[in-house]
Amino acid sequence: MDVLFLSRIQFALNTCFHYLYPPISIGLGIMLVVMEGMYLKTKDNKYKEMTSFWIKIFSLTFALGVATGLVQTFAFGTNWARYSRFVGDVFGSALAAEGVFAFFLEAGFLGILLFGWDRVGPKLHYFANICVCLGAHFSAVWIVVANSWMQTPAGFHVVDTPLGPRAEVTQFWEMVFNPSSIDRLCHVVLGCWLTGAFFVISVAAYYLLKQKHQKIAQSMMVIGLSFAIISLILQLISGDSSARLVAKYQPAKLAAFEGVYETTPATPISVIGWVDAKEQKVHSIKIPGALSLMTYRNLSTPVTGLDRIPRDEWPNVPLTFQTYHIMVMMWGIMFLITILGLFYLRKRNLQKKRWLLWTMVFSVLLPHIAQQCGWISAEVGRQPWIVWKVLRTSDGVSTAISRAQVSGSITMFLFIYILLFSLFIFLLDRKIKHGPEEIRSKPEDLLYRNVRF
Amino acid sequence: MDLAILWYIVLGISSMAYCILDGFDLGVGALHLFAKTDEQRRIFLNAIGPVWDGNEVWIVIMMGGLFAGFPNAYATIFSGFYTLLMFLIAALMFRACAIEFRSKRESPIWRSFWDVMFSISSILIGLVIGLLLGNMIQGVPLNSQQDYVGTFADFFSPYTIIVAITAMALFAMHGTIYLTMKTEGEAHQIVRKWINKAILVFIFFYLLTSIATIVYMPHMTKHIIDKPYTIIFPILAFFAIFNIPRLISKGNDGWAFIFSSISIAFLLIVFGLGTYPTIVRSTIDTEINSLTIFNSASSDKTLGILMVVVAIGVPLVLAYGAWVYRIFRGKVKLEKSSY
Repeated sequence: MDVLFLSRIQFALNTCFHYLYPPISIGLGIMLVVMEGMYLKTKDNKYKEMTSFWIKIFSLTFALGVATGLVQTFAFGTNWARYSRFVGDVFGSALAAEGVFAFFLEAGFLGILLFGWDRVGPKLHYFANICVCLGAHFSAVWIVVANSWMQTPAGFHVVDTPLGPRAEVTQFWEMVFNPSSIDRLCHVVLGCWLTGAFFVISVAAYYLLKQKHQKIAQSMMVIGLSFAIISLILQLISGDSSARLVAKYQPAKLAAFEGVYETTPATPISVIGWVDAKEQKVHSIKIPGALSLMTYRNLSTPVTGLDRIPRDEWPNVPLTFQTYHIMVMMWGIMFLITILGLFYLRKRNLQKKRWLLWTMVFSVLLPHIAQQCGWISAEVGRQPWIVWKVLRTSDGVSTAISRAQVSGSITMFLFIYILLFSLFIFLLDRKIKHGPEEIRSKPEDLLYRNVRF
Repeated sequence: MDLAILWYIVLGISSMAYCILDGFDLGVGALHLFAKTDEQRRIFLNAIGPVWDGNEVWIVIMMGGLFAGFPNAYATIFSGFYTLLMFLIAALMFRACAIEFRSKRESPIWRSFWDVMFSISSILIGLVIGLLLGNMIQGVPLNSQQDYVGTFADFFSPYTIIVAITAMALFAMHGTIYLTMKTEGEAHQIVRKWINKAILVFIFFYLLTSIATIVYMPHMTKHIIDKPYTIIFPILAFFAIFNIPRLISKGNDGWAFIFSSISIAFLLIVFGLGTYPTIVRSTIDTEINSLTIFNSASSDKTLGILMVVVAIGVPLVLAYGAWVYRIFRGKVKLEKSSY
């Protein structure tokens, strides 16, 4: 294994592990705004209890998000020095904007959200809540802009410097609003909202099953399911639009998504299947003409297949195909669960459908699987390019690092990640089993505050 | 003024912000194990509780700012200092988790484990920052492609090790002063006992570093010959530092903290003046292979955009940063929501 391959593994490991947390922060961020908003509107203590409970989970997730996110700011320079030299002029400004506009907002106000209940009034506390949520969303904006630029580069030109060519910004806003920024941002944020919604649904279902915190659990279920259904419908629209964008700008990637080796009219969509990369065949259940229909809004226009693309510009087809299909499948399952949940909720007998509640408990995994797979298909599908049609991944890797260094640090981080993840799950489990804390009435309230533990 | 110089100043200011703000967090971490009871440790932890992650953001700003403004320097430093930085990242991760996890369980083993992690990682972060600064003063071997060609062992020389310890001692002193300011009662008495030792240790290493720099790093003092008026900065740093014990003995903790912060700022200015315009000094063909702010800068267009980002963003950051500090001003009290 060479430094290039190891560096790709390392980056994948870091990003996949990191990406478990930001979607929860972003998703819960918006859920918290809804919950505390309900509290301010109704003055019903159950919403306050709910809010403080989820703030604690938010803070646990946030700590891990920050810790694992720090790795990212280093990773471009450590393993991808030549890439950094090439794109720094373009990519760096988005990253710097993220730090200035997003991280401070989130980290600064989180202190108030966590420790400020007794120090600021309810309105200011809510303001801090909104700022944290905004901060979380802003961080998604800038990082997705930077990544989208790598998918559909725009607003730059390549200039020769003494150290070799590099990309320089010509039009900042063209760079920011490159062709895929907005679509991909919507797609990513909706994925995060689904993560938040299903997290809330999962915990609510667990309490309903265990017959604990019933009142709060029911409200959480309503909030979670409503949010889920809205996000799912929007995600369908966004997914369709994103796929058409890929068809337009990255035909090789779309071909890999669906395993289109040959350009044929009425290109089908595979529902489920496997790819035989050697024989260049896809064995699957197909819907004829569906890909043509999705891409060109008619049944016959052929979608560009890999045969029209030079062999050395193909991504890994089986991996891109499967991860893409798993992502789509997860949407289907989430949609089914949400519809059933809403149906029984309306009929007022959700509590008796224990099988559905148990499914909901584990449904917290679905958005995560979808997002991990979605990102893998988006990033692997971009290969062999690190910046689409501008810079190859193999030309981006650092020259100053050795195999031993990279494999050594992969081993160290693998160990750390396993440790941190187990602790995260352990603490999360305890927190959820402990449940929201009841707010006592006035006189005890003061006493309760000074309990030291 | 040249935009590259302006951006260098911006990076300098964010380094100051990081070292002053996260500096006391690191110092508190380094001293954490000296506190014996659980309650004292919790008081110390909660003294930095609401602000530490905001403080840590400054390191991200520094990294992002370096990447955006001086991508070549970013690429060289990060790929060259690879192994050292991996330890830094691991330490930053463990510190974040230690603070968040520690008080989540009652078990003494759980708490002791995270106490040790918190302390070790804080010390490690301080030392690595010092080592990085030491190596940037001393210089590292770079080839004509400006890639690092040395080994891991090359980062450790007597000089860089002294700088590393000085940085840690500075953070430890800064953290102690912060704690005297934020604590009361028994916890306060304990910190008081540490403070003179912390100041003495720092001043010893500060003098050692200064002498070593003057004797062995002649390029660091060259600017005083070229522009004699710049000697004012090391002198100001000297007086700021020696003002700290005076203020402490008068019981003026708030002012001592301000002067400790000023000392950090002046020391960084001295570092900046000595190394300017070099960011990474090369020991091979120093004139050609070194990365300066001019041969590693982004285009003027990008630097201009960055200036706009900073001009809009930083006042906002400072405004709500100040607001958060104001809300959590005064002595630490353990509350239900505390760590």
